[in-house]
Amino acid sequence: MKYAYYPGCSLKGTGRAYEESLLAVFRALGIEFEELADWNCCGATSYMSVDQLSSYALAARNLALAEREHKDIIAPCAACYLVLNKTQHYMHDYPEIKLVVTRALSAIGLTCDGHTRVRHPLDILLHEVGVPAIAAKVKAPLRGLKVAPYYGCQIVRPYATFDDQRNPTSMDQLLAACGAKVINYSSKTQCCGASQKGTLPEVGLDRIRRLLSEAQAEGAEVIATVCPLCQFNLECFQEEVGNAHHHISIPVLYFSQLLALALGASAKIAGLQRCLVPVKRLLTSKEIAYA
Amino acid sequence: MPETSNPSAANRETARVGVYVCHCGTNIAGTVDVKALADYGASLPGVAVSREYKYMCSDPGQALIQQDIRDHKLNRIVVASCSPLLHEPTFRRVLNRAGINPFFLQMVNIREHVSWVHLDKAAATQKTKDLVRAAVRRVSLHKPLQKRQVPINPTVLVVGGGIAGIHAALTLADAGKQVYLVEREPTIGGHMAMFDKTFPTLDCAACILTPKMTSVGSHPHIKLWTYSEVVQVEGYVGNYKVKVKHKPRYVIDDLCIGCQECIAACVYKEGKTADEFNLGLSKRKPVYLPFPQAVPQKVVIDRETCIEFKSGKCKKTCIEACGDRHAIDFKQKESFEEIEVGTIVLATGFKTFDPKRNPYYGYGRYPNVYTSLEMERLINASGPTNGEIVMRDGKKPQSVGIIHCVGSRDANTNRWCSKVCCMYSLKLAHLVRERTGAEVFNFYIDMRTPGKGYEEFYDRLLDEGVHFVRGRVAEVSDFAAHSSEKGKLVIRAEDTLAGFVRRIPVDMVILSVGLEPQADAQDVRRLFNISCASEGWFLERHPQLAPVSTFTEGVYIAGACQGPKDIPDSVAQAGAAAAEALALIDAQFVEPEPYTAFVLEGDCSGCKSCIPLCPYQAISFLEEKKKASINEVLCKGCGTCVAGCPSGSIAQNFFEDEEIFEEIEGVLAYA
Repeated sequence: MKYAYYPGCSLKGTGRAYEESLLAVFRALGIEFEELADWNCCGATSYMSVDQLSSYALAARNLALAEREHKDIIAPCAACYLVLNKTQHYMHDYPEIKLVVTRALSAIGLTCDGHTRVRHPLDILLHEVGVPAIAAKVKAPLRGLKVAPYYGCQIVRPYATFDDQRNPTSMDQLLAACGAKVINYSSKTQCCGASQKGTLPEVGLDRIRRLLSEAQAEGAEVIATVCPLCQFNLECFQEEVGNAHHHISIPVLYFSQLLALALGASAKIAGLQRCLVPVKRLLTSKEIAYA
Repeated sequence: MPETSNPSAANRETARVGVYVCHCGTNIAGTVDVKALADYGASLPGVAVSREYKYMCSDPGQALIQQDIRDHKLNRIVVASCSPLLHEPTFRRVLNRAGINPFFLQMVNIREHVSWVHLDKAAATQKTKDLVRAAVRRVSLHKPLQKRQVPINPTVLVVGGGIAGIHAALTLADAGKQVYLVEREPTIGGHMAMFDKTFPTLDCAACILTPKMTSVGSHPHIKLWTYSEVVQVEGYVGNYKVKVKHKPRYVIDDLCIGCQECIAACVYKEGKTADEFNLGLSKRKPVYLPFPQAVPQKVVIDRETCIEFKSGKCKKTCIEACGDRHAIDFKQKESFEEIEVGTIVLATGFKTFDPKRNPYYGYGRYPNVYTSLEMERLINASGPTNGEIVMRDGKKPQSVGIIHCVGSRDANTNRWCSKVCCMYSLKLAHLVRERTGAEVFNFYIDMRTPGKGYEEFYDRLLDEGVHFVRGRVAEVSDFAAHSSEKGKLVIRAEDTLAGFVRRIPVDMVILSVGLEPQADAQDVRRLFNISCASEGWFLERHPQLAPVSTFTEGVYIAGACQGPKDIPDSVAQAGAAAAEALALIDAQFVEPEPYTAFVLEGDCSGCKSCIPLCPYQAISFLEEKKKASINEVLCKGCGTCVAGCPSGSIAQNFFEDEEIFEEIEGVLAYA
């Protein structure tokens, strides 16, 4: 099965480390993929709240493109994953939405029947490749690196069927297979504040403070994320949420960066040089290969 | 059975059918044109009278049919009304009183099958006409049948030794009936034995339960089998054959006197295994008595943890301590026993919701988050802390949060209200406050306290200074947002009355877990051939009018296996189930439907293929005639042999081919 890889805008911009490391993981595990030709922005959650119907048509164009190639979509960004799945569900549940979207797509000669599956890399890695196969390919184990997996809200709620919506563990299993020590903490599915940091900074910062403090208090050395916005929020405001008594400094990586490293990728291919909170000293102190 | 050459032809010519259409108030008449249906009935061949009436089941309605039978010399009756489950017996009695065979009746269900499920009046009326036409054609072929009487075995089986099973067993035994009480745990007592106090009177649970438990243990009419399970049930109302498995407790019941010297002498100086009765809050030895008031007072040896079973090299100090009594037997095997009973009461209880399914409440992650059932053990004087309410570190809590509706009223877990949690949460709040002086916070969605003395108990708690916050709790975490929260469990909830989000730091959290069907409820349901509602609770025959009966005659349900219930309700149901069983026993006979199968000897080739098909061993082979023969007393009318006979030479009363074909042709012959 060859997948249509749908990067979305983030993975070509702020989330480049996510793309670089994830594709390295796919290659190392022999997952066949091809970037969806001529893809467009999913609209993210913001377009949906501005112009709902148009936003479905925008997202559906990507579904239609994949459908034409008879491929399932891999959507690594949590927002893309949610929006594409939501469009799929809404077109199925509401005939009036399907009607409008179908008309819009027909203007450019596309159709969307809704049988393209939109899948997350966690789902593919866990259920198509499997933990034993991944564990067997680990070349540079993470040697008990204490990782707090942070799932955020969009990846599991409300559409994910590949994991428990209230207590997800898919990332835990993958990281443990690479030799990491997974930290369990209560806020792993809570919201990162999303764009609140821009609109209501105190609300956003409060969320970020909570997540970072708790992960650190539970002994985490790094946080692993599945979403470019979560990663951005948690990584970029550590100085702002800390204070003189409570200094916060913890690297925030994409889960795929840790996986790529464990599967033998170089630090550059895993995108580690892009970290704003440096991770090199931590990894070398743990004798984890950093080349 | 009498065989006639061509009964159908004769019957069709001589049949004088009366058709009676019921309005059932507006239940039927609201959706079906009853007048048009009655007129249509009158037009059918063989119909002498056709009428509609507001309530056919009422006394005047019945009298109307009875009068018509006399005046118009009717010999077949069709009643188009509700489900035969409700009123077939009523109308059969009418026929009987009028002097014709009660089986000359055919009911047409135009309520559940038509008016309640359709909206289009014209189409609904057409459907009733089709059904009535089929019934008129079928009823002409009905043969006179006689009910037979089958004696009832007066012995009763009660399954489950919680408060419901105990009460049912004692009621039956006090009435002089022999009772088998089967319990799978080593002791009876169930959940109630784990409680410290009962709401709303704050009675000591043990003080009111243990007298009943010891009565069960010593009652001359109760055979108590603990550590045993029912594995097979055969037969039918009045005559059930039940196979019971006795699990080995490695202690000979008759010889053990409950002195517990073996426990003291066990090579383990301290307990090492999580104590089931204390929900893992304390440890027990491999040889143990579940709790001090256990009935029977017989110890159990757990082969999973006993060194003798693991290595065979134990010093066996327990056997030494037992001495001349020789009650310990490491070679004991599981054994089976078959009993015959007439009626069965199922009182298999419930299990509590596992709060690990709601990870945001931190159960299993934070040591001081307890379930309400664990709290009952902590409060209980015979519990792991001798009744001291302390946290895992041995300190008394200064503040305690009680979260209601954990695993209840929640679309993600269980939708139902577990009914008992509000009241037991109030009880726990009272006891915690009384014994520790802690600040207690209750987080509730709605307070549900209907019941005698329940609302008054809630009022009392409000006066006692317990705090109530109306709002579903979002999470319990140990994350301190302020220095005042350091080292505490923080409960975050929206206070929907005050209109803001509260963070309340507490030392201890109690999760008021809901009630769920037992994990093996489906297996038990199949074993006793009863039904479960979609949530998994055992299904009663009628939610209002037959709450302890099931769709299987002679099998009754009592207590929380039927749905969440507190102690008073469980006991009331247990008494009701016992009374239902007694009513059946005192009638001495049951009258099963005469829908038995019979062999058409002329056609039977003697192939014997029907004999192994019969689940009731009712078919034998007549060697001299080389024909199969069905014992009418044993036949339950399941129809398996009728379908299985390769030559079509077995027929079944009331379901003979020509009757069914006539009905099908009738329904298909639409105008």
